[in-house]
Amino acid sequence: MTWLRIAVDILSIIFLLGGLFFLFVGTFGLLRLPDVYNRLHATTKCDTLGAGLILLSLALQSSLAIGIRLALLIIFILVTNPTAAHVIARAAYKTGIVPILSRRASDD
Amino acid sequence: MSTAGILDFSYSLGAVLVMLMIFLSLIRALAGPTAPDRVAAINIMGTKTLIIITLIARIYGQEYFLDIAMVYALMSFVTTVGIAKYLEKGALD
Repeated sequence: MTWLRIAVDILSIIFLLGGLFFLFVGTFGLLRLPDVYNRLHATTKCDTLGAGLILLSLALQSSLAIGIRLALLIIFILVTNPTAAHVIARAAYKTGIVPILSRRASDD
Repeated sequence: MSTAGILDFSYSLGAVLVMLMIFLSLIRALAGPTAPDRVAAINIMGTKTLIIITLIARIYGQEYFLDIAMVYALMSFVTTVGIAKYLEKGALD
């Protein structure tokens, strides 16, 4: 029983560290990439995965009622985060921000 | 040697690190050259705030913070979609 407890705790710490790593990679991409579309590409996927991993790490530690709520939060993030990124990218494209590769091709 | 103390310390340290990442995202929200950059940065900050709220619910043992996190996620999503529609059409109708 106690070995199972220790194994679940170690798995939680591994998920937490993985989630923090992906969140940091997403933030780094938001700061360093050159274009709106590149930044959305980096941050959306990395933040969705990082948030999912951290909430899964919390769900391993909690009771069933809290775990169901955390699972609802994970599903909600998985639905809304790509939708928000798609709406932002659509607004950027409709307002005339040209992607950076097309910009270079049209300058030649 | 118990892993529960290490786990509590890890969650506290994770909340502090996510807060530092929010400040890093704030740089892009302030200095972004176009408006969709700022909207994307604010959306990402909303997701990270949701993670901080759930981590605080674990640290302090207050489980009703999870309901606050759900409402915060919903409002962040609706705000992002609304601002993006305003950027696209020039009006909110």
